[in-house]
Amino acid sequence: MTLAALTKPWAATSYGFLDASAKRELRRKMLKAIAVPGCQMPYASREVPMARGWGTGGLQVTLTLVNPQSTIKVIDQGADDGVNAASIRRFISRVSGAAETWDTLDASIVQSRHRVPEETMREDQILVLQVPNPEPLRGVEPNMSIARQMHADADYGRLWLTLYEQLVRKGRIMQGAAYPSLVNGRHVMTPSPIPRWDVPKLNMARHLTFLSAGREKRLHAVPPFTRVEPLVFSDRPYRVEDHADLVCRRSGIAGYFMNEIPQDSGGSVFEVSDSNLGIKAIRRAEGEAVEIGATWYENGEYSA
Amino acid sequence: MSIDMTMAPAPLLPPQLMQTEALLSMRGVTRHYGEVRALRNVDVTVYPGEVLGIVGESGSGKSTLLRMMNLEDTPDRGDYRLRLRGRDDGNLFDLGRYERRMLCAHHIGIVYQNPHLGLLMRHSSSGNVAERLLIAGERSFEVLRSKARDALDASEFPLSRMDARPAELSGGMQQRVQLAKAIALEPALLLLDEPTTGLDVSVQALVLDTLKRLQRDRNITMVLVSHDLGVIRTMADRVLVMRHGEVVEQGLADQVFQDPQHPYTQQLVHAKL
Repeated sequence: MTLAALTKPWAATSYGFLDASAKRELRRKMLKAIAVPGCQMPYASREVPMARGWGTGGLQVTLTLVNPQSTIKVIDQGADDGVNAASIRRFISRVSGAAETWDTLDASIVQSRHRVPEETMREDQILVLQVPNPEPLRGVEPNMSIARQMHADADYGRLWLTLYEQLVRKGRIMQGAAYPSLVNGRHVMTPSPIPRWDVPKLNMARHLTFLSAGREKRLHAVPPFTRVEPLVFSDRPYRVEDHADLVCRRSGIAGYFMNEIPQDSGGSVFEVSDSNLGIKAIRRAEGEAVEIGATWYENGEYSA
Repeated sequence: MSIDMTMAPAPLLPPQLMQTEALLSMRGVTRHYGEVRALRNVDVTVYPGEVLGIVGESGSGKSTLLRMMNLEDTPDRGDYRLRLRGRDDGNLFDLGRYERRMLCAHHIGIVYQNPHLGLLMRHSSSGNVAERLLIAGERSFEVLRSKARDALDASEFPLSRMDARPAELSGGMQQRVQLAKAIALEPALLLLDEPTTGLDVSVQALVLDTLKRLQRDRNITMVLVSHDLGVIRTMADRVLVMRHGEVVEQGLADQVFQDPQHPYTQQLVHAKL
């Protein structure tokens, strides 16, 4: 038997674009991240045919998870038809043979930037969030070595201090997105730039969430049924955006997170941010038999 | 006429202060930094409610000793115990990182000479005080706010500026913020590392005034390190003189200043006078 006979035949690319050793490393780090919820795991972020900062972290996790039976949904700010979302979805499908979808209910893997879908995700689904800055302490501690020590000591006083000062200066908490949240009572994570509206969806969720930063080369995870508690003062309850009463001008649905579209008149109109939910609502109104799944928010109230 | 030896006065009792059980006791603390010997076999005892002054020239190990008391550094060998309500931690130098941090946050306050060491310059003054309380687990905004205000008020900080950043404040004000931060949790022990060095004499007097008043009102135990004998004389009940990492003399402040025994202390006192 020769060595050549034992070697795999040469191929121009490997399955799912990433080479086997890259995927092996990512899988090990993903398992570690699940084992210690909210703790950031460093990994060797590989080159993918996309610029760093455009979702390379999420893409690498998705490429590691994907198989030919997967169904992929990619959203960018809630929309499936953005250039970035469409390109990533097409790329994943091309290198893995996975099916593409816009529908949250059909997807097995949802890769997302800035939003968690409005329809409640199930145990058999995985959410992959693209994260620009995985370090919640960056704003208060520029030295990353010290920030790691602070995580080890669970020294989060300065994150609370930031919220305290927002209350002192503005009378309310100004943190709009990436709201620092305590995972499993131990590590504080920044849940990517998702709005405050989406943070409760991660608490005791049925699905597994990965948060991966390609440029910063770190990933962390929220396993299913794990507590995710936004940092709040006992006498200042956590507030999501006041979108409960807003009505989508296209689909007419209300009680979901909306995109504000400023008008020439100086006012603004609103469109539902989870675009596929809006599309489904319009189709249903036109008489099509479209299934809309249960949603985390019902009539603007969190209900899960 | 013969002198009746039985009439000789009985030996003096130690002062009232020293008859209580010690709050802090350090035994045989030795620390080397490479070749340099910073501390050698230092024993320190601090009694509840007293102000212990530590004097000595630069490099005599004063600040190293204070850093040991604040558990920022571990000696080569030595034993350190604090008698705190309802706890017995054994030798504090054996505690882990996390326990040290929690113990320091709850029971030890410190004021550094350099406010940059003790304060977060980018955060507000009241926030600096609130951080202490947050580390100790306070989660109510109203309570944080009122406790920070009380602590700043107690250290005679003008409350109209309580949300200004320390970087915008004068040196004396910065020391007051540090002091408020240190006393916010009513610590058993307050460590002062050259708290007034670098301030002009009038501000120095005001800060010392505040310290004295705090000591009187709250009966806080203080350890005050300074190279300025005037400051020590004003504040301290007992004095400990250090040189080359060793304690050369200790005693009541008046006793040490009026009747220095060790040649180095004599030099020190006379150089001042």
